[in-house]
Amino acid sequence: MSTDTDFHHHEMGDPYASARETTEGRVYTVTGGDWDTILDDVTHDERIVINLGPQHPSTHGVLRIVLELEGETVTQARAVIGYLHTGIEKNCEYRNWTQGVTFVTRADYLAPLHNEAAYCMAVEKLLGIEVPRRAQVIRVLLMELNRVSSHLVALATGGMELGALTAMTSGFREREEVLHLLEFLTGLRMNHAFIRPGGLAQDLPEGYGQKIRDFLKVMDHRLPDYDKLLTGQTIWKKRLRGVGYLPLDGCLQLGVTGPVLRSAGLPWDLRKVEPYCGYEEYEFDVPTSTDADCYARYLLRVAEIHQSLRIVRQCLDKLEPGPVMVADKKIAWPAQLTIGPDGMGNSLEHVRRIMGQSMEALIHHFKLVTEGFDVPPGQVYVPVESPRGELGYHLVSDGGTRPLRVHAREPSFVNLQAMPAMCEGGLVADVIASVASLDPVMGGVDR
Amino acid sequence: MSGMSSDEPSKGTPAPGEEHPRHRAELEPTTGNGGPGVVAGRSRRGMFGVQDTGDTTGFGGLRLPAYTPPPSERPYGGWFDEVADQLADALTEHGVPHEAVQQVTIDRGEITFYLRREHLVETCRILRDDPALRFELCSSVSGVDYGPEVPQRLHSVYQLTSMTYRRRIRLEVCVDVDDPHIPSVVEVYPTADWHEREAWDMFGIVYDGHPALTRILMPDDWDGHPQRRDYPLGGVPVEYKGAEIPPPDQRRAYS
Repeated sequence: MSTDTDFHHHEMGDPYASARETTEGRVYTVTGGDWDTILDDVTHDERIVINLGPQHPSTHGVLRIVLELEGETVTQARAVIGYLHTGIEKNCEYRNWTQGVTFVTRADYLAPLHNEAAYCMAVEKLLGIEVPRRAQVIRVLLMELNRVSSHLVALATGGMELGALTAMTSGFREREEVLHLLEFLTGLRMNHAFIRPGGLAQDLPEGYGQKIRDFLKVMDHRLPDYDKLLTGQTIWKKRLRGVGYLPLDGCLQLGVTGPVLRSAGLPWDLRKVEPYCGYEEYEFDVPTSTDADCYARYLLRVAEIHQSLRIVRQCLDKLEPGPVMVADKKIAWPAQLTIGPDGMGNSLEHVRRIMGQSMEALIHHFKLVTEGFDVPPGQVYVPVESPRGELGYHLVSDGGTRPLRVHAREPSFVNLQAMPAMCEGGLVADVIASVASLDPVMGGVDR
Repeated sequence: MSGMSSDEPSKGTPAPGEEHPRHRAELEPTTGNGGPGVVAGRSRRGMFGVQDTGDTTGFGGLRLPAYTPPPSERPYGGWFDEVADQLADALTEHGVPHEAVQQVTIDRGEITFYLRREHLVETCRILRDDPALRFELCSSVSGVDYGPEVPQRLHSVYQLTSMTYRRRIRLEVCVDVDDPHIPSVVEVYPTADWHEREAWDMFGIVYDGHPALTRILMPDDWDGHPQRRDYPLGGVPVEYKGAEIPPPDQRRAYS
């Protein structure tokens, strides 16, 4: 028989297994109920909700992420967007079709030429016109240069967000080379408004060939440095390998396109599968991987830069003299541009001619500039492969001189939806790597 | 470059101020084959945006009917027939009535299926899963508002992509602004989540069954739906070289 002390111990010491004495002996009643304490031990109860951004150097722009953490593990992640919403789509409805270019080029500001090209291709499809060959080749040339600069920013900002500051300085240094070249070719570093419905604002300046060849030489020399700096680097690999995993089925369900989709193994590149602007004539590869992690996406972006430079080289061989704007004077705007003392503007010679010699030319010019051209009613959807994936423009016309609806299917917007799927269950530091590998541009996400 | 000048001169010249009887029937939005047709645009009067007594243009009598996308006749050509046939078969197989497809329009090499909202989700699931259709990717969902004078002015437009067959189709659902309910396709295409939130935010289309239909671009407490045609653009007049430039939505419109 137990002593009194023992009994006391059982009665008071264990609240879930009380005991009483019966004629059969001591009977224990196990009531349980200690599961809360057990769970507390397992989960540590360190659940906190933290807010990241929208003003934070690692959020890739004004992106706000709300994270629910258990210790260092992310249990839930949600993206909050809209901080850069500028109403570009609505503004386009109050401008004529040509003016729309100046708006859409500001949407995804790292891929302005892709936005311009997609928008203009959609307008041209509504009009049913064919752009001259030289304009097509120049569009391809500009888009590929733009892809290089955009991927370089992805590497630069991605590196910066992970603490690789040399990647940032090198990436922006090389991007500057591209922007200098684009400034020479189009007149502006960004927000070019160079591609217009019907062709281009003007032809490339004299000496463009040599400038581009010089640029290619510089890039050929510097791109291998990225392999030295990042590709084999232990820290870089440890931060990216196996992080931000998003397999193919996840990509398809979430509508993810671009390098993220190709990192999951599907060679889906619109330049190959639905060629536009004559991409079927160019020789280039679509690099893919099956690792579906951040490191694979980094490798793909570097490989795509090489492929883009390969296309740029072929563009130089394909450029033959010819018009860069459709012959239809009812669409072709601007008619004549030159560099004046205050920058690009209407050619004074042209203005003098239409003001002094031809009343009809003046009326025509005035109507085209103030009223614009009208577009037969209907709707089209035209996608292109932007650096971030499928960039599509859904344009609706009801027959007027202004669009009834301009909608951009922005790859940044769609891809960002995959952020929780890539981050939840991982560590909080990997959220930064995952977002960087998605490479969302908030100007495109929010428009 | 049709637009305003598309009136055919061969139809005879009406006396000034009198409208030609043959034009009369074309003035009002057409309703298709008895049923309510799809109207995609507004009708217009006059030119240069000038109305009533201020109109010295001489174009005041010009009237342009609202655009109605014409239903296409078989054969559609290319793979369009294949997809349409397969969709019709699959709809029958799954017990979806054929009235689910309101109209088929082919324009500029793109096929549009105008669907009734009741069977949208089932149709999407068929389009995604049927081995001969396989539209795995929902590229985009966008709202369109055709303006107050258009019946069923709110449209929800779905761009579907078949990666297997490399084809693209468009689905379109039209609803009234007083009853802007459309079933959500998020259960079939999870990517439609943010697209539908944006269409709700900007156009006020209510996607029934959406997991969390909240505003996405505008602040949570915003009133109204900014991309509706009757929602003002806003803006202030700006002085430039001594002249006052009105905000964009108050400038003269030519369309």
